[in-house]
Amino acid sequence: MKKLSARRRHPLAAIVVLLFALAATGGLYAAFAPAGEAKAEKSNQSLDIKEGKKLYAVGCNSCHGTGGQGTSDGPSLVGVGAAAVDFQVGTGRMPMQAPGVQAPAKPAVYNNEETRQLAAYVASLGAGPTVPGKEQYSTEGLDNEEIAAGGDLFRQNCAQCHNFTGEGGALTKGKYAPGLDGVSPKHIYEAMETGPQNMPAFPDTVMPEKEKRQIIAYLEKVNSSESESPGGFGLGGFGPVSEGMFAWTIVLAILIGITVWIAARNAKARKS
Amino acid sequence: MSTKTETQSRGKAPAGERVADWADGRLGIYGGAKKNLRKVFPDHWSFLLGEIALYSFIIILLTGVYLTLFFKPSMAEVHYHGSYVPMQGVLMSEAYASTLDISFDVRGGLLMRQIHHWAALIFLVAMFVHMMRVFFTGAFRKPRELNWLFGFLLLVLGMFTGLTGYSLPDDLLSGTGIRFMEGAILAVPLVGTYMAMFLFGGEFPGTDIIPRFFAIHVLLLPGIMLGLVVAHLILVFYHKHTQYPGPGRTNNNVVGYPLMPIYMAKAGGFFFLVFGVISMISATFTINAVWVLGPYRPDKISTNAQPDWYMGFSEGLIRAMPAWEWVIPTGHTINFGVFIPLMLLPAVLGAIAVYPFFESWVTKDQREHHLLDRPRNVPTRTAFGAAWISVYFVLLVGGGNDLWAIFFDLSINTITWFVRIGFFVVPVVVFMITRRICLGLQRRDRDKVLHGRETGIIKRLPHGEFVEVHEPLPPEQLHLLTQHHQYEAAELPPAVDKNGVESRPGIIEKVRVRISRGYFGDHGQVPKATPEEYKEIMSGHGHH
Amino acid sequence: MSSQTGSHKDVSEKHLPSAQDSTAVAEVDENPFADPGIPHHEPRVQDIDERAAKRSERTVAMFFIVSMLATIAFIASFVAFPVDKIFYLFPLGHISALNFSLGLSLGIALFCIGAGAVHWSRTLMSGEEHVQERHPIAASPETKAAAIEEFSQGAADSGLGRRKLIRNTMIGALALVPLSGVVLLRDLGPLPEDKLRRTMWKKGLRLINQNTGEPLRPEDITVGSLVFAKPDGLEDDSHEFMHEIAKAALMLVRLEPKDIKDKQELDWSHEGIVAYSKICTHVGCPVSLYEQQTHHVLCPCHQSTFDLTDGARVIFGPAGHPLPQLNINVNNDGELVAEGDFAEPVGPSFWERG
Repeated sequence: MKKLSARRRHPLAAIVVLLFALAATGGLYAAFAPAGEAKAEKSNQSLDIKEGKKLYAVGCNSCHGTGGQGTSDGPSLVGVGAAAVDFQVGTGRMPMQAPGVQAPAKPAVYNNEETRQLAAYVASLGAGPTVPGKEQYSTEGLDNEEIAAGGDLFRQNCAQCHNFTGEGGALTKGKYAPGLDGVSPKHIYEAMETGPQNMPAFPDTVMPEKEKRQIIAYLEKVNSSESESPGGFGLGGFGPVSEGMFAWTIVLAILIGITVWIAARNAKARKS
Repeated sequence: MSTKTETQSRGKAPAGERVADWADGRLGIYGGAKKNLRKVFPDHWSFLLGEIALYSFIIILLTGVYLTLFFKPSMAEVHYHGSYVPMQGVLMSEAYASTLDISFDVRGGLLMRQIHHWAALIFLVAMFVHMMRVFFTGAFRKPRELNWLFGFLLLVLGMFTGLTGYSLPDDLLSGTGIRFMEGAILAVPLVGTYMAMFLFGGEFPGTDIIPRFFAIHVLLLPGIMLGLVVAHLILVFYHKHTQYPGPGRTNNNVVGYPLMPIYMAKAGGFFFLVFGVISMISATFTINAVWVLGPYRPDKISTNAQPDWYMGFSEGLIRAMPAWEWVIPTGHTINFGVFIPLMLLPAVLGAIAVYPFFESWVTKDQREHHLLDRPRNVPTRTAFGAAWISVYFVLLVGGGNDLWAIFFDLSINTITWFVRIGFFVVPVVVFMITRRICLGLQRRDRDKVLHGRETGIIKRLPHGEFVEVHEPLPPEQLHLLTQHHQYEAAELPPAVDKNGVESRPGIIEKVRVRISRGYFGDHGQVPKATPEEYKEIMSGHGHH
Repeated sequence: MSSQTGSHKDVSEKHLPSAQDSTAVAEVDENPFADPGIPHHEPRVQDIDERAAKRSERTVAMFFIVSMLATIAFIASFVAFPVDKIFYLFPLGHISALNFSLGLSLGIALFCIGAGAVHWSRTLMSGEEHVQERHPIAASPETKAAAIEEFSQGAADSGLGRRKLIRNTMIGALALVPLSGVVLLRDLGPLPEDKLRRTMWKKGLRLINQNTGEPLRPEDITVGSLVFAKPDGLEDDSHEFMHEIAKAALMLVRLEPKDIKDKQELDWSHEGIVAYSKICTHVGCPVSLYEQQTHHVLCPCHQSTFDLTDGARVIFGPAGHPLPQLNINVNNDGELVAEGDFAEPVGPSFWERG
């Protein structure tokens, strides 16, 4: 201990302490960051099936099994339907980079043609929701009241995980509901239809097609690059936490800056 | 106050003086003016933090009155048909509808709402920071303990005025907050169910809570607060402001600038500066965008359900609390999972509120204190304050655990566990570290006094040794670093005094002596440099 | 740092420049730490240079003029911009033209008044520090004695100490009179009775899909889906809707019957469809963050987590007991119906809950 206290005034002591602190922080983060608990996935035509099967054999069967029956690393794809494949592969969630608690969206690995073929193959494994047509998710022809009712539906069915305006939110053990800005209407529709990962499905039997269109239309109103934010910058749309942080940092810093200016002594006249 | 009451002479008195004469004949203003117009206030930026709070309070009053002209505190259900498109035809309460009207159909209404809400956040931030300034500099000591309590009450009342205020629009977020309140009240043993029924006028949510909150928010609480603010300011005037130690500043004087004209210009100007900054913030940053939150319904919810920041620590208490709910043998339920946090809330705040009385009990110091402490010179107090802030911060993290989870890619469960453990561990660690830092700074002050300032100039001595030149401190510095009073640790009286009388100190006195040793014993402070030590070194024989 | 000790002697001996003019050396004989008094006042540029003072004056006036212009801009924006005008401003987004222009002009108008006043006081008003004496807050012994004397005289005059009957009855009267205020509070609300124990659900009442307003059928609900239900006959715009839905809101999911660990849950389910109260047992937020792979439900308010495969047992967070389950069945038309009310009170616990 004596040795330690003798050296703590060494010029390099501060650097050593800093390195220790950084290493400790990193270690703690690694210990806290969620890992493991791999969970995964869901996913149909006729000529494409063969091509899709080849793609499947290369990219999917290590987790979902050779016949799509599922393994310990990935769920069965029997009966998930083409819509699920179109969503999962189209948003880049599948194939996953590494097993984890969450399948994050990323640039798609397969092109539209390949996605369609994969979808056709998976759909051939068992009947499921088909890829929606444009008329199913198009928001044309909805009047203002129908869009506003879409907002009510959103708050009833979606906001609990995706936040008031679809900014996303946390789930248990490191999982999260992603933000919905920039997600295409088709993919939102497919997500509601098929319930990807931990999201529950909202099949037409409990939420008819028109209601899905209304929800998509509401989201376009409140969460797109064209959405109005009349009061000014929205601070992420996360509510009081970001507002409080802003008040404590930026605003307080400005006001303290002013107090310093008010109380500072003026420059004295210097002779010389 | 454009009247120049002093400079004037023969002939008919100027108009201003005649007005003042008229007022003096009825109010007797000259006596007060003579005493107070040139009252001196010390100048320091940290003395203006309380003024930020005062001015934001005034801004809140001004904008609040405007908002009441348009707001309808009613829970009657209506279909919305105002300008905001994504809410057309939605069923909502009149309170929510009128808030949308203020935001979208009243010109400048949105600005007033945003100024009102931003100013409320700033008000509480400023009170908090001001309280910390007062705490760490020991400005709460005699004779200012009562004013500390007034300030503390203002902070607590400000929190609840804020809570009732953001609940008024009856939106999905604030309605969830009210729901939480109902659940919390239900958790009160014995009378909780009755209290909830009485508060809500029946079952939750009923149709009474918004009008009742309205009365509390615009009348009851602001009225009490206004009275407290006035009392707080009168006491500041009456006690005369504290000042930082320095050359010419003693416990018996105030050094600074006169109220008229310097502080009228500075403090008056500062009001406009604060108002201006908050206006500009409100022009560019949205706060509480109620239009996207939707009307409240007890069966709907959004994630990121948090209160405003000043209630965040209570949210953290609630989120981190383990599920302790028991049915006791009488067949009644005690919901400790909610009730304990409910009790901890006043305890966390109360800990800082009663501190001045605790410290004066430890020191038994009866003198008046007008010179501020440098935080390092009272390491235990400073460490206690830092530990208190750390608890508060841990709870704030707990209150926003879902957002921390998202932004730092962590698990909610992990953060909750961190808060559960951190609530007990972090303050202890922070206490110890802060105390050590303070002692280190005291030691450095002592070294500076005795050995001078390190100049960074390296000098080579004739025999080849390199030394750093230390420059003696100027007298102002010497005075500043040695002016503070150091208490001596209390001691128990000898078991038998010189008259042979046995003395039996009570348990409380024994505790006090122990605490006093912690504060002022060998490990609680570094003895400051004495003139003798200084002289010895300066006379050139100071080998040590 | 390492050569800290030993250097001082050399320094003072060599009379280094920095040590030479130090007044501290001269004062060593007396108290070296004595208060040197308020530093000598040094004038500012404005105090000695009238041109600098004029510049300051113009700066202050400029602030006040900008403020006047900003107020005019405020009035102009109020008149000029329609209340619903939205424009795009990087990086703030699509913001209200009126809110932005009003706020900014008002802000500038106010800020400039403040900046002008402060600049004025800092540069043109006297920069000399004043000293005022403080007087003890506590009164002198004479004043104290006089005050106590006055008080005792008053107290003696009143006879409060001697006439105990008056004193005691007065205290009694003052203590009783606030009771009338307390009594008035009684009509703030009704007594709880069994209000918290009952919900609208009763035997044979159909489960209505909150989205469509239609009765739910078992075949509507697939494995992995989530649907919210309300009791038949509860209309959104009815008077009792809010407080009834606050208790009766339901969430339904379908599980594989083999996954259901709790026997009562299985008994009360229909073909694996389970109906749970949507109201959290912690403080009453609607729990509905259903993870369809883990069958956990999370409350967004305080993160209580319930395991729907095990009787909605609490597996994390502050909730004290499981979510109440509604016993459901199908009627002759094949629609889901309740078998009765919840067996226990829904929502947060309370003292009388038991």
